[in-house]
Amino acid sequence: MLEGMLTAAAIILSLSILTCMYRVIKGPSMPDRIIALDTIGINMIALVAVLCVHMKTQAFLELILVVGILAFLGTIAFAKYIEKGVVLEHDRDHPDDR
Amino acid sequence: MTEIIQTIGEPVVGILILVGAILSAISSFGIIRLPDVYLRAHAATKSATLAVLFVLVGAFLYFLWFAEYTSARLLLGIVFVFITAPVAGHLLGRAAYRRGVPLWKKSILDELKEAHLSEEHAEMAEAAGEARAAMVEQKLKEQMKLRRRSGSNG
Repeated sequence: MLEGMLTAAAIILSLSILTCMYRVIKGPSMPDRIIALDTIGINMIALVAVLCVHMKTQAFLELILVVGILAFLGTIAFAKYIEKGVVLEHDRDHPDDR
Repeated sequence: MTEIIQTIGEPVVGILILVGAILSAISSFGIIRLPDVYLRAHAATKSATLAVLFVLVGAFLYFLWFAEYTSARLLLGIVFVFITAPVAGHLLGRAAYRRGVPLWKKSILDELKEAHLSEEHAEMAEAAGEARAAMVEQKLKEQMKLRRRSGSNG
């Protein structure tokens, strides 16, 4: 029974990643695409967890942390880029051209 | 105790993971169907976070009950996702508003607009005040120079 539930969960998660890809490709504005990418990252975390339970192994559990951190950093960098046009700001050097 | 866990453990884990997957499907449905960035951010941050928390708790319970293994990595993953997903959503919403991504046509309330405008206004006023102060200072310096020159002449 657990096998069937895990397979169903993996299929549903893959379909939701696919529907997020639609928004990434079509999204009218840049923040739409970034939000959809963030959701894809989060769904990938869930998919890796389902895979771990399905294969009865703990080998992929590091992947959860790595994907989580990378998705978060990417989203932060994109948000700053969208907001200010730069990723790293140099407020200390030039207080006027923020 | 172990017999009980052997009996009901699998259905509990399966139902947790399945509920997480269904919540994730609902959130991606919201990402497709909702009309503008801010509503989509609502769908993407709240329900997707809840979905991944359900799945990770299911996996954690599975390894705790059937492998006798308390996975610190899964716990860290749960805490990390729980903390960072709302932060990312908030930053993206802020960036979208500052870039002027339009609201949905049928939105009736934009409370951020006044605050945003007054903030910009304050920045402009501050810049103007600084410029005026610099000008006054320069004029004073020139006057001092003139006075000094005339003093040395006379």
